[in-house]
Amino acid sequence: MKYVKEFGIILIVSLVGELLNYFLPLPVPASIYGLVLMFLCLMLGIIKLSDVHDTACFLIEIMPIMFIPPAVGLMASWDVIQANLVAYLVIAAVTTIVVMAVSGLVTQAVLKKGKKGAEKK
Amino acid sequence: MTFFEQSVFFGVSVSLAAYGIGVLLQKKFKFALFNPLLISVVLTIAVLLTAHISYDTFYEGAKYLSYLLTPATVCLAVPLYEKLSLLKSNWKAIFAGILSGVITTLCSVFVMSKLFHLTHEEYVTLLPKSITTAIGMGVSEELGGYVTLTVAMIIITGIFGNVIAVSVCRLFRITDPIAKGVGIGSAAHALGTAKALEIGEVEGAMSSLSIVVAGLLTVVGASIFANFM
Repeated sequence: MKYVKEFGIILIVSLVGELLNYFLPLPVPASIYGLVLMFLCLMLGIIKLSDVHDTACFLIEIMPIMFIPPAVGLMASWDVIQANLVAYLVIAAVTTIVVMAVSGLVTQAVLKKGKKGAEKK
Repeated sequence: MTFFEQSVFFGVSVSLAAYGIGVLLQKKFKFALFNPLLISVVLTIAVLLTAHISYDTFYEGAKYLSYLLTPATVCLAVPLYEKLSLLKSNWKAIFAGILSGVITTLCSVFVMSKLFHLTHEEYVTLLPKSITTAIGMGVSEELGGYVTLTVAMIIITGIFGNVIAVSVCRLFRITDPIAKGVGIGSAAHALGTAKALEIGEVEGAMSSLSIVVAGLLTVVGASIFANFM
């Protein structure tokens, strides 16, 4: 019953996320409302970590598999991509590398600065 | 192919088998391109094309895997909550990193779109390429882009980010776990986060946080950048 209860709690939070997505006129998906809601519930102690932990870890572990169906969908949108294939692939590759490097390096630089400041004090 | 159209288990079975082969290949050859997700997508497409099975037929069964995507995304709050103290004491660096990532995405899409002489519609289609699919679709639709192309670009970005994450961090000497997570999540949303979670708990938690913050910042940023071209 432990897993049924855990999965039930996770599904209820997802459902409330869907409700928010339905009623609020913002381009925010149900999953993001749900994530924020779950985080708030854990912070406020409405949901205990032990009430969702094991099932959450399992779902997160198998998450890559859930992306297979939408990714195979690239097959269906091939006609749209093909029109400008080289440009799209180059843009996807270059921006992904640049963004990952920039945001990682900025975070690392600010972290180091913070540590140095803390040492001076 | 009436059997496949009625089968409930075909889509999921093919996906899981292909993923299994991907995991085996990765264990045998420790090489970034042997990424289980990439291998499974390529194999599944190959199987469908050879057997003349349409995507819709495949999806009829495979949709049960995607059903779990929303609950799994909701669960990303759990590793984030477990690293709450880390988030609290480093929020400035984390926010600065995500914000710089979002601005870099928008600027680099702008520059590259100019370079390739893309139309305004194509440009706004690409603006939300680094954020989670559901938010990206909304942004693209709002700005008058091609939603199917946005989804395709988000997935290509995600798979690419998942494959190169480790190499990029090594190449640019990003060694801090928090910085790695922020970089991967800001550049490659949930697909990147799947890799960040494999690298470590801190990386995964920070990457999860980046999906949310980068997604919301992009909603605002993309609508401003849409006016530039």
